[in-house]
Amino acid sequence: MAASYGPLIRAEQEQSLQMPENAAELTKICLRRGDVTALDDVSLALPAGQTTAVLGASGSGKSTLVQLLIGLLAPDSGTVTTLGSPLSPDNLQTLRKRIGYAIQEVALLPHMRIRENILLPAVLSDWSDEEQDARLTELLQLMQLPDTVLDRYPHELSGGQQQRAGLCRALMLRPDLLLLDEPFSGLDTMTRRSIHEQFLLMRQSMPITTVLVTHDPEEAIRLAEYIVIMRAGKVQQFGRVKEVLERPANDYVRELCTGISGTVE
Amino acid sequence: MLMIGAATAQAEPVVIGSKLFAESYILAEASAQLLESKGYEVDRRFGLNGTKIAFEALQNGAIDLYPEYTGTITEVILTQPDLKEPGEIRNALEEIDLQLLEALGFNNAYAIAASTVSAERYSLRRISDIPGAPPLRIALPHEFMNRQDGWPGLLQHYGFEREADGIEHSLAYKAINADQVDIIAVYTSDGQIAQSDLVILEDDLEFFPDYLAAFLAREDLDSDVRKIVELLSGRLNDRRMRELNLAVLDPDASYAEIASGFLLEEGLISSADRSRTVYDDLLRNTQRHLKLTLIALALAIITGVGIASVVYPHRRLADAFLYFTGLLQTVPSIALLALLIPLVGVGQTPAIIALFLYSLLPIARSSITAMLAIPPGYRQVAAAMAMTPGQEMKFVLMPLAMPHVIAGIRTAAVISIGTATLAAFIGAGGLGDPIVTGLALNDTQLILQGAIPAAVLAILTEILFGFVERSLVVPHMRSSARPG
Repeated sequence: MAASYGPLIRAEQEQSLQMPENAAELTKICLRRGDVTALDDVSLALPAGQTTAVLGASGSGKSTLVQLLIGLLAPDSGTVTTLGSPLSPDNLQTLRKRIGYAIQEVALLPHMRIRENILLPAVLSDWSDEEQDARLTELLQLMQLPDTVLDRYPHELSGGQQQRAGLCRALMLRPDLLLLDEPFSGLDTMTRRSIHEQFLLMRQSMPITTVLVTHDPEEAIRLAEYIVIMRAGKVQQFGRVKEVLERPANDYVRELCTGISGTVE
Repeated sequence: MLMIGAATAQAEPVVIGSKLFAESYILAEASAQLLESKGYEVDRRFGLNGTKIAFEALQNGAIDLYPEYTGTITEVILTQPDLKEPGEIRNALEEIDLQLLEALGFNNAYAIAASTVSAERYSLRRISDIPGAPPLRIALPHEFMNRQDGWPGLLQHYGFEREADGIEHSLAYKAINADQVDIIAVYTSDGQIAQSDLVILEDDLEFFPDYLAAFLAREDLDSDVRKIVELLSGRLNDRRMRELNLAVLDPDASYAEIASGFLLEEGLISSADRSRTVYDDLLRNTQRHLKLTLIALALAIITGVGIASVVYPHRRLADAFLYFTGLLQTVPSIALLALLIPLVGVGQTPAIIALFLYSLLPIARSSITAMLAIPPGYRQVAAAMAMTPGQEMKFVLMPLAMPHVIAGIRTAAVISIGTATLAAFIGAGGLGDPIVTGLALNDTQLILQGAIPAAVLAILTEILFGFVERSLVVPHMRSSARPG
């Protein structure tokens, strides 16, 4: 099964052909971190080509869920299937090359210029200079980043620019799965709004399966088609955004969603 | 071992040691110049700090010979104080593969001296004359007052009682010259005796053991070398040695000049060898100093950074390693050097090991701290990019840890340059050589010949590491760019 995926799939048209219906699946996942139960019997199937928001308060297990999908954490029990393959040490590195990952801290390497930071995944994958340049131009346009940032160091950029550069890096290898762990949380409201627009535009042109971790219900509803609501390591509800809003599964979900209109961050 | 030693004696330089006082320097230097005048190459390991270190050095082959005294040999080295006859001593030394060359001709023993005025006043010529004299003002070194081979033993041996006061050895001469005391204890070859108006009282009942000076050498010393060094045998007496010791006290005279003066006078050399200049010494000492420091530092960088990169993810292991290196840091350097002597002998090896151990803590600590301080986000992103451990080290861990690691290496380097001056105490050479010699001979100029270049080296090291940091670290990540 894993052998049918090449080490790298660069052409975007190949994605849709090989993409299974569910881009990622968690089956009966339990995970303890220290004394805390981070995930308690979680089963989820994330639909391909869609954005699924994972919504919950801090400590609800939402970041843990994403870290499982890219193998940064291993479950105590249960199986993780990413892009059609059950995660194992053997296929982990191959699968990671097909996953884009961006986090709230951005973690652009401070000793590298923005150009080097964005291109790093391509350098690690031995892309030619022409391929790198072409992809870089594409991504800058997509994320509305000016050329002038390329020769700067991360600390010389605004928070919004850094996060855009982080997204460029995550998208560098044309991933089949995009994992975003609260990338917009640290930004001010204005910047967040404009980067939300960019995100939606990007999703229109590139329908990559996306998992977006957020603690902001408004953001979840605005950007995602599906929504997972987490609380204390358990899934409260999983479904289309509309479903969840119209038929909340319990009081917690109802409270979370009724607050939306009043939520101002 | 013996075979190899004998076979290579011609090609290898003769290694001559000395202990940490003027007389030992003069004798060792005289033998060195004599050998050099006969075409031998000589490696000087002067200023060994104590009989134990000098003797260890001889035993494990770090030096070939050094000047010693029969009394010290029987008391300290053989621990057989009953041996008196040179023949017996030679036999006992043979059993531990050492040989005693023919005696130089003077005795550096304890003696009782009276000022000429007091000697005349009270008719003092022999120690036996003391009990017959009226109460005398007697001042003795503290150690001498308490040793069985000192004052208590002497009173017992001669069968009389006299009160004595304790005094610093160096002050005793001042006191007797000022006629504040009548009688003091001296070493028979003290230079100050020649300068002071003193009479040495005859040890008529033969209480004091002899401290006859002679070169102590390894059994496998080349026989030609032995013959040349023995040209010095019998050339000295107590009076002549006192003059030489006194000459060293002159701040304008170096022990090397005094040694060559003596050899010229004795007709053993035809001209003083002026080829060894201050600059030659400076160059040689600096090279040795850098060699010791660089080898130790390189080993400490490899070990420190290597171990740090392995242990840092394991908190307990990292702590244990830091405790261990911290513990090493608390061992005083002189004590550490002394501890290493039974294990690896004297010379450059123990010096390099000691410097290595001292450098380990700052390097390991800064590396571990730096790697632990890397925010987890960077490592998550690195893993998510499917980096191999090698790529993670190259692109993420090392660059992020670099400023701290460089700071640690910089600290270690400066500490090492300072500590390496102590290596001279165990015959490793370096810029500590002139410092140690200068301290022993009270020669400020000599001390500065070591201290100034060592300080300059430390400053240059700081500057060098500034360049290293500039070439390896982007401006905003340099230690100078970070507040605090």
